[in-house]
Amino acid sequence: MEGGVAYEQGLNLKATELTLGLPGTGETEGQGGVRNNNKRPMPTSETNEEESQALKAADRGSTAPAAKAQIVGWPPIRSYRKNSLQAKKDNESEASGMYVKVSMDGAPYLRKIDLKVYRGYPELLKALEAMFKFAAGVYSEREGYKGSEYVPTYEDKDGDWMLVGDVPWDMFMSSCKRLRIMKGSEARGLGCGV
Amino acid sequence: MDLSPKQSSPSESTRFPDEVLERVLSLLTSPKDRNAVSLVCKDWYTADSWSRRHVFIGNCYSVSPEIVARRFPRIRSVTLKGKPRFSDFNLVPDNWGADVHSWLLVFASGCPFLEELRLKRMRVTDESLEFLALNFPNFRALSLLSCDGFSTSGLATVATHCKNLTELDIQENGIEDLSGEWLSCFPENFNTLEVLNFSNLITDVNPDVLERLVSRCRSLKVLKLNRTSSLDRLQRLLISAPQLTELGAGSFSEELTLQQHAELKYAFGLCKNLSVLSGFWDASALNLSAVYPACSRLSFLNMSYTALQSPELASLLPHCPCLRRLWVLDSVGDKGLEAVGANCPSLEEIRVFPTDPFDEDMIHTVTESGIVAVSQGCPKLHYILYFCRQMTNAAVATVVRNCPDFTHFRLCIMNPGQPDHTTNQPMDEAFGAVVKTCKKLKRLSISGLLTDLTFKYIGEYAKNLEALSVAFAGSSDLGMQYVMEGCSKLKKLEIRDCPFGNVALLSGLERYESMRSLWMSACNVTIDGCRSLAREMPRLNVEVMKEEGSDDCKADKVYVYRTVAGPRRDAPPSVLTFSGL
Repeated sequence: MEGGVAYEQGLNLKATELTLGLPGTGETEGQGGVRNNNKRPMPTSETNEEESQALKAADRGSTAPAAKAQIVGWPPIRSYRKNSLQAKKDNESEASGMYVKVSMDGAPYLRKIDLKVYRGYPELLKALEAMFKFAAGVYSEREGYKGSEYVPTYEDKDGDWMLVGDVPWDMFMSSCKRLRIMKGSEARGLGCGV
Repeated sequence: MDLSPKQSSPSESTRFPDEVLERVLSLLTSPKDRNAVSLVCKDWYTADSWSRRHVFIGNCYSVSPEIVARRFPRIRSVTLKGKPRFSDFNLVPDNWGADVHSWLLVFASGCPFLEELRLKRMRVTDESLEFLALNFPNFRALSLLSCDGFSTSGLATVATHCKNLTELDIQENGIEDLSGEWLSCFPENFNTLEVLNFSNLITDVNPDVLERLVSRCRSLKVLKLNRTSSLDRLQRLLISAPQLTELGAGSFSEELTLQQHAELKYAFGLCKNLSVLSGFWDASALNLSAVYPACSRLSFLNMSYTALQSPELASLLPHCPCLRRLWVLDSVGDKGLEAVGANCPSLEEIRVFPTDPFDEDMIHTVTESGIVAVSQGCPKLHYILYFCRQMTNAAVATVVRNCPDFTHFRLCIMNPGQPDHTTNQPMDEAFGAVVKTCKKLKRLSISGLLTDLTFKYIGEYAKNLEALSVAFAGSSDLGMQYVMEGCSKLKKLEIRDCPFGNVALLSGLERYESMRSLWMSACNVTIDGCRSLAREMPRLNVEVMKEEGSDDCKADKVYVYRTVAGPRRDAPPSVLTFSGL
């Protein structure tokens, strides 16, 4: 498998390859059974070696089918409960506040913030820094959040992970689905120091 | 029945008059005891038949309504279960069967004094509900769980015509929710309700009608509101019904003023008898604190419809010192489960459901640490249902070492075929530890990467096992064979996506008549295998559900069950029935 070979070498050349497709398209079926989904590119980092091991193990032993979400009746949760949770999700997206989830790598649970409350990026960043106790550093278009330990990113409507600050605030507000404060080392490839 | 003494009966001197025998037997309520009693001799069989008041039928096709009505003409209460359990997960076609109507038709003439009907996974139409309401004058209690085929109009006919209704319990059904008008169909002077559960419904009921109904029904013990019920309404209802023992709150996320919060807290404080709390869709942390005063006697807390975070759970639990059962979402995380271990020494049951079953970022989740923390603090734990995304053999072994009394152990590692995440080994040893340590184990659900070794352990050690649920596991027919050979008390076996074929299916030949049912889907069983089974065992119904586009010889989904009623005649075209008769 193409993708498999690349992982085994500890590199993920495919993910940093410039293509016109969305991240994840063109990646092979074999990785479907593992946590990495096809919504964002795998970061190039030293931790890849462990991930490739897990992938190998999963492939070796697993009878997992291609994409998790496509197995009928699995995980075994009653339709009633699934519909309840789905209704909850729908309600959330229709609510008048513009609430998005915020996760931070290493933090045990997520937070939720109302984007409408902030008037622009500086306020948002200050709030995130205060909530999660980190320093994002200074944003520049060319170099992103150069030199910071943590980098604020967001998932947009297309499922891509973007750097917070690249697009105008209004565009950000309407396209941001959720936020993730990524470890700086993982955020390479998202526009930092290209 | 005539009392003429038998000539050569050795027990003649100890024969009781029938009335006395019936009176004595009526003190036995457990179905198992009753069944045993009925096998002693003809007299006792007859006495039991006349005095049986409650019948539990675990599979509606195992017997016919005529047989039941003929044998137990004076039953007052019937519990009927229909579709195979995997229908809960959309694995059974909608038109499969299990329609209650034919039962009602027979009971209307054969058991007209019927008072209670409890249905699970049955098809129930509005027509049937109307028939029920009009043909059973003493009818008092209706409970529908995971049923489908009816609408709120059906509920309206029940409310209109059942003058002595004490229980209306509508749970988790596929109901067509047209309007909340049904509640208004209870007559204005109607006041006998003891249980009202409409948490299933979305459309709103008239709040004034509800309040008047609740204040009229002085015996109301159980009230479960639906999601659209506001906190304001809840507060007023609690004030008028402080005697409640079970409460299902509605939505709990409204913003309250300080005054409203205090009033709500006061109302909860009036409820000194609450032992069960549920509902709470979308509870906010602040609002939850209003509930604290009602929690001192709480034995069952069901928070599985709201994504509680760990701090909220940690604040709530110290107020519930008597908690024995807890259901939560995995949003509470391992930290939340640590709080459970620290605050709930009497806990006997815990269920952790996934907030987002298809969440691919694995952030909302619990891990092996969580379950270990609970087991450390709750030695009385005997029931666990745990959905997680990672587990280790060592953790499971620790859990059962801490809590050896498990009767129900249901572990769902959500990624099919996933190994121990620290060792990359199969999870065989985990379940090995469970069956070796928990001698009282009755129900087991397994998951993760599993080889035939797991099944060898189960067959060898799980001697009290009655129900086993298997998915994406095993390496060969041997796996299923181990179980069929070793688990002599097995009653229900459900298998999906395992490499078990005809050899495995037929290895259980001798066992199926002492089991309630067998389900096998997406395995390697063929139509021929099913035919053989049916031929060998004429008192089993062997049914195959064919999927569109599958090979002619494949038996996609197999459902085998014992029956005294012969092959069923109401199967839809997609269900093939094989019978040896």
